[in-house]
Amino acid sequence: MKPAINRLARAGGLLRHGALIVTAAFALAPFVWMISLSLKPTSEIFQPEFHLWPQTFHGFENYRVALTTAPMHRFLLNGLLVCAAIFLLQMLVCVPCAYALAKLRFRGRDTLFSAVLIGLLIPPQALAIPHFVMLHLFGLLDSYAALILPWAISTLGIFLMRQFFRTVPDELIDAARLDGLGEFEIIWRIMLPTAVPALAAFGIFSVVAHWNDLFWPLIAVRSEELSTPALGILLFRDDEAGQFVGPLMAAAVIVAAPLVLAFLFAQRRFIDGISFTANT
Amino acid sequence: MTAHPHSIRDVPASDLDRRRFENRVAWLTTAPAIALLALLLFGPVLAVAMFSLTDWQIGASSLRYLGFDNFRSLFADRVFWKALSNTALYVAIVVPGTVALGLVVALLIEARPALRGLYRAAHFLPVMSTMAAMAIVWGTILHPTIGLVNRLLAAFGISGVNWLRDEHTVLSALAAIGIWQGFGFAMVLFVAGLKSIPQSLYDAAAIDGADGILDRLQTVTMPMLGPVTMFVLILTAKRAFEVFDTVRVLTQGGPNFASDVLLHRLYTESFDFMRTGYGAALTVVYLAIVMLLTLAQARLLDRRAHYT
Repeated sequence: MKPAINRLARAGGLLRHGALIVTAAFALAPFVWMISLSLKPTSEIFQPEFHLWPQTFHGFENYRVALTTAPMHRFLLNGLLVCAAIFLLQMLVCVPCAYALAKLRFRGRDTLFSAVLIGLLIPPQALAIPHFVMLHLFGLLDSYAALILPWAISTLGIFLMRQFFRTVPDELIDAARLDGLGEFEIIWRIMLPTAVPALAAFGIFSVVAHWNDLFWPLIAVRSEELSTPALGILLFRDDEAGQFVGPLMAAAVIVAAPLVLAFLFAQRRFIDGISFTANT
Repeated sequence: MTAHPHSIRDVPASDLDRRRFENRVAWLTTAPAIALLALLLFGPVLAVAMFSLTDWQIGASSLRYLGFDNFRSLFADRVFWKALSNTALYVAIVVPGTVALGLVVALLIEARPALRGLYRAAHFLPVMSTMAAMAIVWGTILHPTIGLVNRLLAAFGISGVNWLRDEHTVLSALAAIGIWQGFGFAMVLFVAGLKSIPQSLYDAAAIDGADGILDRLQTVTMPMLGPVTMFVLILTAKRAFEVFDTVRVLTQGGPNFASDVLLHRLYTESFDFMRTGYGAALTVVYLAIVMLLTLAQARLLDRRAHYT
C-alpha cells in the first residue's frame, strides 16, 4: 500500500510542476521574447526560423540606438521625480488628516470620513477633463506640476493610514503629550514610525500606479523632455528609430526594468503592499 | 506640571479644554486634505456634471446651456454603443479568464511547498510591468509573420491571422493580454484566502471521510473561498472596465471600432477632438457605471460597513 501512495504523491507533485510551468511560461513569455528580440539585428528578427538566443549578437547596437535617439534616461528620471514628488505630497497631506480621523474627536469628523469613503469610489479618469481645464487656466499644462498636482490628494492613502493609526494605543499619544510634544511632532515622530508597514504598502502602490500610468501623462504633457516612462516609450515607437524592432524592444526593456528589478529585490513587500491596498 | 521647553502648549486640564484643543488641532491637521478634496475631487465631479450640460470646448470663451442634448446625442451615437458593448464583452472575457486562471494557479501553488516563492514571483511579474511597454511587446508577439503566436501555430501547421487587424479577433487578443496582466494578481489574493482557511476544518472534514483532494476542495476549500472569490471578481471587473493602455498603444479602437472601449472613447472625444461637453457626458456615464460596480462590491462584501 505504502509505495503506491508514495508514487501517487510523486505523480501529483510532478503534475503540479508541469501545470505551473505552463502557466508561468504564459506569464513570462513576453519578458523573454522582449529580451530576445532586443539582442537581435532586424534581419534575424524577420527570418523564418526562430532562435531564442541571437545568432548574430546585436544587443549593444540596439541598446545604443535606444539610449541615444530618445532621451531614455530622461524618461526614467522624470518617472522617478514624478513618482517621488507625488508620494511625498500625498504623505504630507494624508498623514496629518489620517491622524485626526483616527485619534481626535472633533466636529465634522464623520462627515469628513464619509467624504473620504465616497472619494474612494471615484475613478481618477473621470476627473481628467476638469483637471485639464484647471491646469489650462493656471497655465500649468505641459509641466511637471501638471503631472504631479492632480494626485496631491489620495483618499486611499488617508483611509489606509487612518486604519493603521487606529491600532496605535492612545497611551502612546498621551505619554508624548505629557512629555510636551506638540501635535505635529507626535504625528511625524511618534505615529509615522509605527506606521512604516502601512506607509510602505501605500508607497509601493502609489509608485507602481504612477510609474505605469499612461492615461494622465498623455493628457497633461506634450514635450518629450517631460515624458514619463510609459509615455516616453510611445513617443519612441512613433519616432523614426522606433520603426526598428530591435531598438524598440531594447527601449521596452529599459522602461520596464526598474519596477521589475525593484520587485525581484523586494518580492514580499511588493506582493503584500499591492494586495494589502487592494483589500481595503 | 511644568511643560517641556519644546512644548507648544500645555496639556489641557478639563474635558471642555480638551475638546477645544482637539478641535483646533483637527482643523490644522485636516485643512490641507479638506481643501484638496474639494479642489481636486468633489469640485471636479461637479464640474464634469456641469460641463456635460453645455456645448463648451476647452479654450472657447463662451458656452451655451444645452440641457441633456449631449446625452441625447451620446445615446444616439452608434460608436458609443459599439464602445460600450465592446467594453462589456471585454469584461465578460477577462473576468472569468482571470479569476479561473488565478484560482487554479493559487490552488496548485499552495498544494505543495516546493518552489512556492519562485512560482508566486513568476506569475506576479506581469502585474508590476509597465503596460505601455509590454503592450508594444505584445504587438510583436501577435505580429502576423514574425510574431511568437503565429510562429507557434505554424509549427502545428496552422496559419494564424493578423490578430490585431482583424475585426473578429482583435477584442479577444486584447482580452488575452488583459488576462495575462491580471491573473497573477488574482492568484495572490486567492493565496491569501487559502492561507486563512484553518487547518482544523480540513481535519474535521477528514474525520467525516472527506480526505481526497477533490473532496477537500468541494467540502472545505471552495465554500471557504466564497467571499474572496466575490472580491476578486469585482476587483477584476473594475480593472477590466478601465482598459485603456493596450487599446491606445495597439489599435486606437480599430479596425472599424471593433476594439474601441469606453475609456478610449472618453479620451478621444475629450482630448483628441476637444469636444469637452460631449466628453463630459461620456464621463458622467462612465462614472455612474464604475460607482455602481464599486457600490455593488461594498454591498456584497459588507466591508466598508465595519470601518465607520
